[in-house]
Order: sequence, then structure tokens, then C-alpha cells
Amino acid sequence: MNNTANRHLLTSVQMAEFAVNGFIKLEGLVPQELNEAVHEEQKQYSNATPGHKYWHQSKLIREVFELPHVKGVLDSFVGKAPVYDHSFLHIVPAERHSGQSYHGDSVIDTRPFAFDIQAFYFSHDAPEIMGPTLILPGSHLRKISTFSIGRYKNIIGQRRLAAKAGTIAFLHHGIWHCAQPNYTDQTRYVFKLRLRPGQEQRGLFNTDGYDSPEVAEVIRKGMHTWAGDEARLNQIGAAKFYRYLCGDDRVDFSFEGVLSRMGM
Amino acid sequence: MGRKRQQIMVLHLSNPNLESNTVAWAIYDGAKSKKEAQMTTGDSDTPPYASVLDAMRDGWYVIQFPTLPSYRSGYEHELGHLPYEYILERKVTVHE
Repeated sequence: MNNTANRHLLTSVQMAEFAVNGFIKLEGLVPQELNEAVHEEQKQYSNATPGHKYWHQSKLIREVFELPHVKGVLDSFVGKAPVYDHSFLHIVPAERHSGQSYHGDSVIDTRPFAFDIQAFYFSHDAPEIMGPTLILPGSHLRKISTFSIGRYKNIIGQRRLAAKAGTIAFLHHGIWHCAQPNYTDQTRYVFKLRLRPGQEQRGLFNTDGYDSPEVAEVIRKGMHTWAGDEARLNQIGAAKFYRYLCGDDRVDFSFEGVLSRMGM
Repeated sequence: MGRKRQQIMVLHLSNPNLESNTVAWAIYDGAKSKKEAQMTTGDSDTPPYASVLDAMRDGWYVIQFPTLPSYRSGYEHELGHLPYEYILERKVTVHE
């Protein structure tokens, strides 16, 4: 069970937070010198340049994702042999004042627990007014179809991924999100890399303390106000997801121990 | 001469009680021209009304109630869209 070989792996508490919120944002993963080099390179791109080519054209962006502590995080989610799905250099021009509609990426995913990871790398500071991606923490396990949530504009608990240069946010593929307006005179860049798992995603993180009181607290407190009457069901979904991630089907941090009580 | 235009507000509540808390909101304003900005995603952290009943007190009319969820055996824990969605309207006069 205990997977401690790689010191760059996510901890059990971090993975519990991911199970509950559908994302984790890690600051300072990329050294400033590399951030600046990547940012300079990204400035050569615009929305007229297909963003899906950047990954294939840039050695620098590959360097970011080869950093040991970045690889350690990716290993924790999708294992040591992930499959490239797609990538995109997202660009929000200066003074674009409209936000994107809320959506989930790709299509409805039929896998019960397996997931793709979407890494959002910020090569420059992206404060709130610059339009960093807006996400709804805890929405990642709900079944919606791409833009079927496009009617929504504001949801209690929504959060902009404001970030310092060198931050990478790792998002579950199912999380509800949208690009935001950029009220600055600077172009905003964020590079997205989506990877599929190369193996079953059980026990891939540093599983020390995977059933500890600290982990239990994170998951039991995972009630999201926006879910209203369904907050308990939403939490039970996160508890099931964490059970899958940790690899121990006896673990039960669900509301009122529902997973055990109902024989799930 | 004044003409009537429709404003639509979508409020999602935490449960089917019309006094329960607003958890999500959107406004589509037919009185605004195409050049004017509509409500956009992420532009507010506080709902315009704390509940549907509060909005009714301020002159909004409820034009659609949500159908309550049904829970089929084997799918009781499946979740998707926000369930308690109310559509409200207000008609305002615009001068052209």
C-alpha cells in the first residue's frame, strides 16, 4: 500500500483535497528564470496561431513538465506512463471584457472514477483582474454535457485561479469552469496540458496516512454550499472517489458512514 | 414612445422552499441593446436576491418552477445540474 518512493508525490491530505474540490493549486513549482523564458516565448503566439501546436513546437514548455516535482505531481494523478490527450495555449487578449460560458471539457465521461488530469501552468502573474480561469470547487463528479451548464453565470463558492508565475493548477477533467474577462492592458496566457492515466489510478500518491484523522477531516468537511440539499450526496461522491484513489475499499469518510451503512 | 422589454432572472435555490438561499444566479436583460454588456460569468459574488421570495417582493414574477428530482433505484446518488432552478421575469419600459 505505502507508496513513498518518490518524495515529490502528493501527500494524502493533498489528494483528499483534490477528491473533495476537484483541483489543487501548487505555487512555486517552476523557477522564475524558466517562467520568464516561457512567457517571452508565449508572447510570440496569438489567437491566430493554433494553441494546440505550442506543446509540439516548444522545448521550454516540455522542460516545465519534466521538472522532478512537476512530474511527481503528475505521477500522483495519472501514473508514470500517462497518455497525452491534448494541450492548448489559451490566450485572453488585453481588455477583453466578456467571460466564457460555464462548461465542462470534452464530453460526458462514462468512467466511474478514472479521470484525466488537466494541468494549467501560469508563466506570469495572473491576478484576478487579468482573467484567470474560474472554477466551481466540488463540481467535478457531477454529470453535465459540456455547455449544458452554459445558462449559469454566478455560483456561490466559485473561485478564480489567480496565480503567481510558476504556479500549476491541476484540475479533474470534469470540473465546471470558464475563462474570465481580462481588464488589464496585458495579454493573459495559460498553458493547458491534458493527460490520460496510463494505469489504474489507485495508490499512486504518497499514501502515508491515507486513513488518518487529518484526511478524514478534509473529506468530512467537504460540503459545498452551492450544492444545497445535495451537499451530502456531493460529499458522498467525493468519499467514494477518495476510496478509489487511496486503493483501500474499506476506507469510509462519507457523511454518516453511508458507504459502510449501505454496503457500498 | 415607451416599449416593454423582458428581463429574465434565473435563481437556483438550495432546496425547493422558495425562502431557501440562492446558490446561483443569472440575469438576461432584454432591455439592453446588443452593444451593452450582459451579466457575465464570475462578475459577482453576492446574489441579487437572497431567495426567490425576496425577488417576488421586489416585483419579479416566477414563470417557471423546477420539476422535483426523482430518485430511481440504483441511481440515487447520481448528480448533475443544479436542481432547484426558478425562472423569473420582469417587464420594463424602454424609450427608443
